[in-house]
Amino acid sequence: MIEVKNIKKSFADKTVIEDVSSVMKAGQCNLIIGSSGSGKTVLMKCMVGLFEPDDGDVLYSGQNFTKMKGQDKTEIRKEIGMLFQGSALFDSQTVEQNVMFPLNMFSKDSHKKKLDRVNEVLNRVNLVDSNRKFPSELSGGMKKRVALARAIVLNPKYLFCDEPNSGLDPQTSLVIDRLIKEITIEYNITTVINTHDMNSVMEIGNYILYMFEGNKEWEGTNKEIIFSKNQRLNDFIFASEFLRDAKDMRMLEESGKISNDRNMEELMHKDSASLVPPTEDK
Amino acid sequence: MTIFTDIGRYLLMFKGMFSKPENGRMYWKEFIHQCTEIGFGSLGIVAIISVFIGAVSTIQTAYQLVSPLIPPSTIAQIVRDTVILEFAPTLVCIVLAGVAGSRIASELGNMRVSEQIDALEIMGINTKTYLILPKIAAALLMIPLLVVMAMALGIWGGRLAATASGIISGSIYDKGLLEFFVPFNVIFALIKSYVFSFIIASIPAFYGYYVKGGALEIGRASTKAVVISCILILFADYLLSALLLPT
Repeated sequence: MIEVKNIKKSFADKTVIEDVSSVMKAGQCNLIIGSSGSGKTVLMKCMVGLFEPDDGDVLYSGQNFTKMKGQDKTEIRKEIGMLFQGSALFDSQTVEQNVMFPLNMFSKDSHKKKLDRVNEVLNRVNLVDSNRKFPSELSGGMKKRVALARAIVLNPKYLFCDEPNSGLDPQTSLVIDRLIKEITIEYNITTVINTHDMNSVMEIGNYILYMFEGNKEWEGTNKEIIFSKNQRLNDFIFASEFLRDAKDMRMLEESGKISNDRNMEELMHKDSASLVPPTEDK
Repeated sequence: MTIFTDIGRYLLMFKGMFSKPENGRMYWKEFIHQCTEIGFGSLGIVAIISVFIGAVSTIQTAYQLVSPLIPPSTIAQIVRDTVILEFAPTLVCIVLAGVAGSRIASELGNMRVSEQIDALEIMGINTKTYLILPKIAAALLMIPLLVVMAMALGIWGGRLAATASGIISGSIYDKGLLEFFVPFNVIFALIKSYVFSFIIASIPAFYGYYVKGGALEIGRASTKAVVISCILILFADYLLSALLLPT
């Protein structure tokens, strides 16, 4: 569990985060959502220690990470894996060397054992036969998988993903989302994901924190988000027509006006008029 | 104001650089890698520059020494001392500030911009120790060696030009090299090369490590690093000459 308590962060005269508190639940995908410039990346960087908050604390399983110094901080960092927006792979190293890097730095195991572990995590992210390739030879989705493999190679307790879907097509995004979700459950990791992709929210978000202009505007589950009455949140999540329609359908389902047994294909092939709920006088 | 902020951050960079390595073997590997990049990577250009500088010095000295009262072996003495005192340490280091300095600044700048430094920080690695210290240590080892090589090649280049153009014979040149030789000149050149090596590695590392922005800023940081390094090398050259050479 990661606890964020009254985090504040400013750059020069500009306040980026104002008094944000939240709890990221263990073994779940915790999402931080919000439009660009809402402070979600800064909040995540404060959580992992890349930025020092002006005020407030970040607690990892009860230990105050913000107040820690030197070796204690390093020990917590060894339990953190992070998937960066641009993958942040080392350009001059092959896929295998990239994934093995944390092991070489922190593990005293034999080379054979380390190599086995590298192959194990590469298999886990469905990336085989790419060990000798350099990052420049990989597609965006493959880079993300390598970065994910590197992030989990030391068996972290906490996984941070900054915009894991940025620059990816919808299909690959879905694959990466599902992979993160599966890994979170499989390794019982506390995962924190920064995103503004609503598909990810609905697909993998167990717990969602919505940021607006540096403040926590709303938090709840992905089941609650669609029915939220928060106007700013609604403006954000229903900016897409598709999601607005999905919400309308969900509400019709909830009120029993359409059957939730009908599958998407059936709905897509019917005339849109058939989605209109039957009126009382008919 | 910015200059004081930069000096402060530069000093803080050193403060943060000295911590216990997470894994000595990985740091050693990085040090060897940097030795190869800085040392062997600059070998060709240093060799070419040194030979030509020596050759040009010989021809120009001969052109200016027109008095029949001055023995021809003086040409070799002047070339030797000029190469040892100034050309090998200063000129070679100015070239290295461009070759190795821009490489260090752009490498670290690219790592910063593409979040590779952040990735290392997240892993719990002291990035200043892992990325900057091996570069400075490698420069302190390899650049003085390159300067010593430049001295030898410069003097040899002078001999080559002297014999090829018939200014003086090889034996007179060799005789001149041994006359009035002051061993302190070599020590002075080495002191200068150590100071310059430190400048060549640390200034570009500073500008690269703290770069903000994108590709354009990496280029700007790299150029700024080379310019500042060159100015500091010339300033340190004057200061060391004034302090260490008896006048």
